Amino acid sequence: MMVETLQQLLPGFLIPLFNGLMQLGQDTFGSAWPDIVTLVWTVVKAMLVLAPLLGVVAYATYGERKVIGWIQIRLGPNRVGPLGLFQPVADGVKVLLKEIVIPTRADKAVYFLAPAFSFAPALIAWAVIPFNDFLVLANINASLLFVMSVTSISVYGIMLGGWAPDSKYAFLGAMRSAAQMISYEIPMGLALVVVLMVSNSLNLVDIVEAQGRGWFAGMGIKFLSWNWLPLLPVFVVYLTSVFAEANRAPFDLTEGESEIIGFHVEYSGMAFAVFQLAEYTAMLMGCALVSLLFLGGWLSPVSFLPDSILWFLVKTFGVLVLFYWVRATFPRYRYDQVMRLGWKVFIPVCLVWLAVVACWMLSPLNIWK
Amino acid sequence: MEFKTLVFYFLAAILVFASLRVVTVRNPIHAALHLVLAFFSASGIWILLQAEFLAIALILVYVGAVMVLFLFVVMMLDIDLDRLREGFWHYLPVGLLVALLIVAEMGLVLGERYLDVFESDVPQTGAGFSNVQAVGRLLFTEYVYPFELASVILLVGIVAAAALTLRGKRKTKAVDPSQQVFVKAADRVRLVQMPAEREETEE
Repeated sequence: MMVETLQQLLPGFLIPLFNGLMQLGQDTFGSAWPDIVTLVWTVVKAMLVLAPLLGVVAYATYGERKVIGWIQIRLGPNRVGPLGLFQPVADGVKVLLKEIVIPTRADKAVYFLAPAFSFAPALIAWAVIPFNDFLVLANINASLLFVMSVTSISVYGIMLGGWAPDSKYAFLGAMRSAAQMISYEIPMGLALVVVLMVSNSLNLVDIVEAQGRGWFAGMGIKFLSWNWLPLLPVFVVYLTSVFAEANRAPFDLTEGESEIIGFHVEYSGMAFAVFQLAEYTAMLMGCALVSLLFLGGWLSPVSFLPDSILWFLVKTFGVLVLFYWVRATFPRYRYDQVMRLGWKVFIPVCLVWLAVVACWMLSPLNIWK
Repeated sequence: MEFKTLVFYFLAAILVFASLRVVTVRNPIHAALHLVLAFFSASGIWILLQAEFLAIALILVYVGAVMVLFLFVVMMLDIDLDRLREGFWHYLPVGLLVALLIVAEMGLVLGERYLDVFESDVPQTGAGFSNVQAVGRLLFTEYVYPFELASVILLVGIVAAAALTLRGKRKTKAVDPSQQVFVKAADRVRLVQMPAEREETEE
């Protein structure tokens, strides 16, 4: 796989060099060489996903401040570099140089494990996200299940981050956020069950392809056959749950910087920044999932335009801007309202729509054949 | 040595180490975290057996839900370790007996192939084979009655848990959200029209 791709991609004068390298490896390692090549190629592919992702995460913070600035008729960051474009770099340098103050009675190992626990799941889940029908790191059968199970781990970062510093306020904040995240995982899971039912697969590539078929797609207006329209209540529930799951406004009680204190009060410097990066990575992950599951991923909205990875990026960033927009618009929910919305509104809505779609699929009016 | 064997030993070593730490470590939170590590290694071993659905479900259910609740409880409780350790010597003979039984049973199952990694007898399937589909099909055809029975028991459990927390009428002063939503400004604020009382002063 890698050998053929590189032989096509590399400029001509490098190919003899590359072939020589392959021959050298073959001679040195013998039969283990193909395994080593596969390993190196996998690591390279993972880097090709992760490195741009981290850049996008850094600029997501910049984008957020700019967009919210425009909404509030301000300029946003505009001092560092042209248009303030180097602001994320300046922020990064700032948090790196800041001292990490470890509370005296903190459990040091767990204290530093917590940011990793919240950042790693958000990165791992990208392993199965398809960017188009062949650009996917690992196209596994149960990729949606994989994403669900990996993202369910991120709650550990919050719980451990609240417990490790041995501080009452952080601990209470952690309890609050963990309860919120667990609550919203249930409507999310139920919404996904409905999506799985209509697309008849757990594979993200198949789920997207299934959205390209249907009555409206046959007429050329593809965007009407994407999941958002026939599953509209579920789409709304899922989108809102993504907000709550990523701890974003109006459900950002995790931070609650002005009235209640979050789980990361005892963190400073880079340790705190990792929590923030995890939040933005999880948010991007949520945007990508919304665009894959409900907005047709890389499918083009109309049939006279070709399907392309650009559509996927446009949709993902569109949802991302929606996140910013909501943050600049809505006030923060009260905690009991957050819990009520999750348990008493979203779960019943999902259960009812699950039954409705199940009956719909068995009736002659089934549109998902 | 085959690469798969290497991976198996790697995961198995972590699994054994983590499981040992679960019972030896003093801090209950650390014990719970080691249990999480043990679950991860176990799910890795299941993936080696091509049981990807079980492996992912193990992470989703045990790590993502059960252990989180465990941590919740362990963090909230004030656990006195010395009192927990009081009966250690007292219970040791029973514990040893159980441990010996388990070791003997495992030895019997593994038989002569002990300490030797062998392929599972389950027929190997290609990468295109969907584990989830197979499990689902079995659950809803061959095992549909046990499956329904288990779900009814779980439902009873949910209802029982909810019923246990309901003790008499709630004493909170929470406001009914629908009343909150439909409140109008006129219900809360009375606007009074007052004529201006400014006197004509000349400065």
